Amino acid sequence: MSGADILIKSLLAENVEVIFGYPGGKVIHIYDLLYECPIKHYLARHEQGAIHAADGYARSTGMVGVCIATSGPGATNLVTGLANAYMDSVPVVAFTGQVATSQIGKDSFQEADIKGITMPVTKHNYLVTDVNDLAKTIKDAFYIAKTGRPGPVLIDLPVDVVKAEAEYSYPAESDLPGYKPTYKGHSRQVKLAAEKINKAKKPVIFAGGGVIISEAAEELKELAWKGNIPVITSLMGLGSFPGDDQLSLGMPGMHGTRYANYAFCETDLIIAIGTRFDDRVTGRLDKFASQAEVIHIDIDPAEISKNVEILIPIVGDAKNIVRELLPLIKDKDRKEWLSQIDDWKKSHPLKYNNNADEILPQSVIESIYKITEGEALIVTEVGQHQMWAAQFYKYSKPRTFFSSGGLGTMGYGLPAAYGVQIGRPDKTVVNISGDGSFQMNLQELATISNYKIPVKTVILNNGTLGMVRQWQELFFEKRYSATMLDNPDFVKLAEAFGIFALRIVEKEDLLPALNKAFEYEGPVLLDIKVAQEENVFPMVPAGAGIKDMIGG
Amino acid sequence: MKHILSVTVLNQPGVLNRITGLFARRNFNIDSLNVGETEDPSYSRMTIVVKGNDQTLEQVKKQLHKLIDVIKITDLDQSNIVDRDLALIRVNCTREHRSEIIQIVDTFRGKVVDLSTDNVMIEATGTENKIEALIEVLKDFGIQDIVRTGIIALGRGQLLDK
Repeated sequence: MSGADILIKSLLAENVEVIFGYPGGKVIHIYDLLYECPIKHYLARHEQGAIHAADGYARSTGMVGVCIATSGPGATNLVTGLANAYMDSVPVVAFTGQVATSQIGKDSFQEADIKGITMPVTKHNYLVTDVNDLAKTIKDAFYIAKTGRPGPVLIDLPVDVVKAEAEYSYPAESDLPGYKPTYKGHSRQVKLAAEKINKAKKPVIFAGGGVIISEAAEELKELAWKGNIPVITSLMGLGSFPGDDQLSLGMPGMHGTRYANYAFCETDLIIAIGTRFDDRVTGRLDKFASQAEVIHIDIDPAEISKNVEILIPIVGDAKNIVRELLPLIKDKDRKEWLSQIDDWKKSHPLKYNNNADEILPQSVIESIYKITEGEALIVTEVGQHQMWAAQFYKYSKPRTFFSSGGLGTMGYGLPAAYGVQIGRPDKTVVNISGDGSFQMNLQELATISNYKIPVKTVILNNGTLGMVRQWQELFFEKRYSATMLDNPDFVKLAEAFGIFALRIVEKEDLLPALNKAFEYEGPVLLDIKVAQEENVFPMVPAGAGIKDMIGG
Repeated sequence: MKHILSVTVLNQPGVLNRITGLFARRNFNIDSLNVGETEDPSYSRMTIVVKGNDQTLEQVKKQLHKLIDVIKITDLDQSNIVDRDLALIRVNCTREHRSEIIQIVDTFRGKVVDLSTDNVMIEATGTENKIEALIEVLKDFGIQDIVRTGIIALGRGQLLDK
């Protein structure tokens, strides 16, 4: 059978149900087979949309997201999406078309060395030059993408390989001599960690996206409740621990809660699980958690002591390790420490001016939380709205918050949201967006409209590139260089795509409009005019220690 | 501090690119890098010399380990290795200096591998220090060109398992 046939059969063998993509000359043979294929193909309007959708699908389902693009510009348009998935450890397999092997290296029409280009932003990548290697390559790619620390894998397919004939034989297993992820934690290290935890007076758990990926949320709850240990969740870790639990401190770092940052400054032991101590979390490293010893549980050994010195590293899968840890943890009330935290929570809550005349973005997030009873899947773009969505919606379950954490990709939200919705059709999916970010991939409204994907897009429209404007206000004497936006009419725009849309300007119209939007069965766009100069607080200025927050 | 890493990798196109790309984007400095096929043609061995403190070295090793094509990394104990650097050196050499230069080359157990009316080409192998000492002495005559391989190294009596 042809390479294209082998590809489709291999995808079926991997139980792929959905592909996001965009056709082109070098993948036309594959698309010919997709015409009559049980795998549902969603046509994005830009390859970046396709890969973000595959990313959203993967995050919402825990399965591998698959996308396809043609050679040259199609392939290079995937780069941002690959980097995004790489930074946030999302399992994605991307297929790209390539010119025929005889044309490679000759600057042929629509040729790009996508293997070379994407080496730094993929977990691994392949250029298949022999059709006989194709099935094994696909098997390996899916195995690499979803195991260990997940990540994107790219397979570049020259058109002659796709057309060439070979026998189909899909390997039962992958055997990669250089790739053996560690899943089980070292038992001696686990014992040492348990001893440290039992002795600690002021411990905190710092839970990251790894808890969600390894499905360790239940174990995390048990650990926190058994030891009465407060839990700080990174942006990627939101939902790994119930945001409304007494022990929850929310998000730390640049726009984290004051109480989470104070807890980091005062703790004597950090139990970090599946997190990588990003600079947005730690602030100035020499001022971060200076009194704390650190236990770090992570499947990626390279994360251990990369940014923060680790006393007890445990390499392995978070779920396995926390399970091993649990019977060794003593019940402790830690009254003094919890009461200290409670005091911080009372004196420094997340707040905003409820009495403002204008609609404040934080109130929109809180209203969405109330209307959806905390049950919606929230996707965000990147910017101020992203931070407000992280601060003011309480995520109680894993895989309920989807955001571009590591790369900070504006334009992620809209395509990711329909990927999330396709993965979880039973849920209400809301893309919380800024007016700037929204315009980075707004062409995906066409995909949403085309397939009637009922995503609710909420634009917190302040007419600016809000986060940069905030920095300019605070640190550049309000010199708003290139951050004031002259926006199109988003309602008319949505209507042009055949999407129901509403504009909300007055405060009293907010709740009725939100209710209407969430009752509506199809896709909706809400253009909400919010206060222009509202800022995200608290804020740790760049280069400062996390105790030195301003505002809030 | 200088470290010599012996890295066994799959002998496939693009692997060298992955390794050097990793060093570049992680801001690790490569002093020298050699690569060649091993006794098993499906593997290559790279000898990578890096400078840095223990923390940098730890990150280099861990990040290298993450590459799917990397099979094994050995941080060679420099007190128990055989290491070699190969140099070809072309030096100004008139008839009157010829015997003096040949004498120097003999002292360093090098070889004269090419000769013309006004220069000689010398081949020398040995430790990095020895090659540097030879170059230092030859500088007096005027060096026209040098090419060096950088270090290759193996641990004494130990097997570098795949």
